[in-house]
Amino acid sequence: MKTTKTRLLALAAATAWMAIGHAAVADELSIMASGGAWQDAQRKAWFEPFSKETGTKIVEQEYLGDLGKVKAMVETGNVPIDLVTVETATVLQGCDAGILERLDYSKIAPREKFIEGSALDCGVGLDAYGDILAYDPTVLKEAPTSVLDLFDTKKFPGKRAMRKFPAQNLEWALMADGVAPADVYKVLGTPEGVDRAFKKLDTIKKDIVWWDAGAQPAQLLASQEVVMTTAWNGRIQNAIDTDKKPFKIVWNNQILEYDMIAIPKGAKSPDLAYKYLAYISQPENNAKLASYITYGPVRTDAASFVAADALPKLPNAPDHLAGAYLVADTEFWGDYGEDLVKRFNAWLAQ
Amino acid sequence: MSALQPSELDRPPLARGRSAADADFKSASAVLRRADFGDRLRSLALAAPLLVLLALSFGIPIVLLLSRAVYDPTIANALPQTTQALSGWNGQGLPDDAAFAALAADLRGSQAKGTAYELAKSLNARLPGARSQVLKTVRQLEAAGDKPPLDVMKSVPFWSQPGTWPAIANGTHSITSFYLMSALDLRWNNDGGIERVPPEQAIFLQVFMRTFFVAAAVTLATLILGFPLAYLIASVPKGLAAILIVAVLLPFWTSILVRTAAWTVLLQKFGLVNDLLLWLGVAEVRLDLMYSRIGLIIAMTHIQLPFTLLPIYSVMRTIQPSQMKAAYSLGAKPVTAFRRVYLPQVFPGVMAGCLLTFILCLGYYITPALIGGASDQLISNFIANYVNVELNWEMAAALSFILLVLTLALFGIFARILGLDRLKLV
Repeated sequence: MKTTKTRLLALAAATAWMAIGHAAVADELSIMASGGAWQDAQRKAWFEPFSKETGTKIVEQEYLGDLGKVKAMVETGNVPIDLVTVETATVLQGCDAGILERLDYSKIAPREKFIEGSALDCGVGLDAYGDILAYDPTVLKEAPTSVLDLFDTKKFPGKRAMRKFPAQNLEWALMADGVAPADVYKVLGTPEGVDRAFKKLDTIKKDIVWWDAGAQPAQLLASQEVVMTTAWNGRIQNAIDTDKKPFKIVWNNQILEYDMIAIPKGAKSPDLAYKYLAYISQPENNAKLASYITYGPVRTDAASFVAADALPKLPNAPDHLAGAYLVADTEFWGDYGEDLVKRFNAWLAQ
Repeated sequence: MSALQPSELDRPPLARGRSAADADFKSASAVLRRADFGDRLRSLALAAPLLVLLALSFGIPIVLLLSRAVYDPTIANALPQTTQALSGWNGQGLPDDAAFAALAADLRGSQAKGTAYELAKSLNARLPGARSQVLKTVRQLEAAGDKPPLDVMKSVPFWSQPGTWPAIANGTHSITSFYLMSALDLRWNNDGGIERVPPEQAIFLQVFMRTFFVAAAVTLATLILGFPLAYLIASVPKGLAAILIVAVLLPFWTSILVRTAAWTVLLQKFGLVNDLLLWLGVAEVRLDLMYSRIGLIIAMTHIQLPFTLLPIYSVMRTIQPSQMKAAYSLGAKPVTAFRRVYLPQVFPGVMAGCLLTFILCLGYYITPALIGGASDQLISNFIANYVNVELNWEMAAALSFILLVLTLALFGIFARILGLDRLKLV
């Protein structure tokens, strides 16, 4: 029943894609993003202005961020999208699997103008977001001062929510166990380091509620299912600004990551796609997104273009980088991701 | 062809007498057989569009996808010279320099052909950490200039580590048992024997057992809830029965995602179920129903209830109440009458309903993801992860294959014991 439904949905989606694919003309750019507040922000900051400036019609599509669908499109040779937004780790997977185009940065922007790690072979950075800790001060009397307070169950008793994924959690576990941020990936690259991280996670395992979808942390806090949760900063800020929740964000020991955009192999209008990438990679345009969602620019020279009222909420605002922080190592997760995910799942089941 | 039949029947027999009668009989039966054959051909032709559709949209894609579990030529295609150089290697220690040189040549070749990344990814699935080493070596080989490729290979410690070459040698076989073995938590050891993977990597057997356990628990729960309800619906007047059936079917027409989401609202810590339990005094503290096995089973039971109930109900409806009365009048106690007259007749419906629910439960994906905790994820969740996130379709195919085989085996045993003809689905 469920599988039938999924298949029907897939069929409907495939038909829709085909229809759009055939309708595509030279001046149409098809972008697939992962929906929600983030896509709304991109529409206001980039889709609409780009459309107005160039006369290009932008066709939007949504997906859940799983590259399996893009792989299916590329393998069947029918690629009705020109651009797709992806997570950093996904860019690496897609690059290796040969389903994303290797980018020619001479058509986009000088590669060295991007923050380190935000301009990859197959994906350009769109924005920087932070993996942070969030809590509700009306529930938690004492304020946590670092993300690593996750591991202090004495001072902060109660359930805490963490993402059901090894990335970030293993890094935080090592840092909580005394590893300096600069050494985290070196230690995690050894079997002993992995054991050490899991041992640290063991100490709070029974107090953890795991989340999958980005919207869950705010819900878990709101329903008081947990006293603190890890989250993507934009989701929590959205709950604070839009839903008027009293949540607070802890930036100390945050992990910085980048959202990316990529061109799937076999895209119908690659030239137009490059034109769009060049457009959003101009520093003043790159800074615009921050006005609509609290994710920071990825160009080193874009900070001065960020709207004054948006700056204090960004993960890479100077204040939020004053404490300790870690930049996620994409290459490391490209190497060990699949293995650590398996080990993490085995550990969860124990 | 069947259109010719009448004229064949009209044809005068060739000879008369006893042997002629025999011949008549024989030709008549042959004609009949042919007519039969024609009928069958016609019905087959009518069903052909459906069969073709099934084969094209269901059979072939499934076979193609499942074949990935045993056929993965990525490494062999990317490393043709190494494959040849390793053909005589005994698998012990390091291979000779010729193999190193062949690998260097292949890596440069893969860079030119653009297959370096695929190779890196495929090798990484077998040997964690290999991805960056392959790409690093490819870059170094490119920048080496006059330095002999062999020296470059020897300067990267990764290529001289134990475990690296067995993984490469293993990968050069296009037909591989690696993924199927991994799906069963097994691997080849260096002596060519089969061993279990270390406990911190062993996961799938446990998940398979969990999947079958949850499916069995849900099936049992739907039977316990569904049987009396089906009996009630079958025994009340028609009007009331219609209302009850609609009550059962109404949630059935709602999207599974919506029903699952509704359960998250009900089961959460400050949700209705916990409020009610607390108010009734059944529980003294709020229970963790969300992200737990029990919550998962409750939600799945609710979703699956109509699947178990409807086949049972459809069989119960056909049983005459007078039969039970007859049994009583012959002196049977209610329990005996139920056991010996009623139950044997309902049994095929019960089995059909339970089988339907059990097999559907094996494929559950959304409900465990949303309601189950970390240790309540079923095998479909892992398959989805390999398809969508890891892009390791080989592993996904291997897990699907094992699930399919286990399910078919179970179905086979079931059919053998009970007989498929006794199943009454509607």
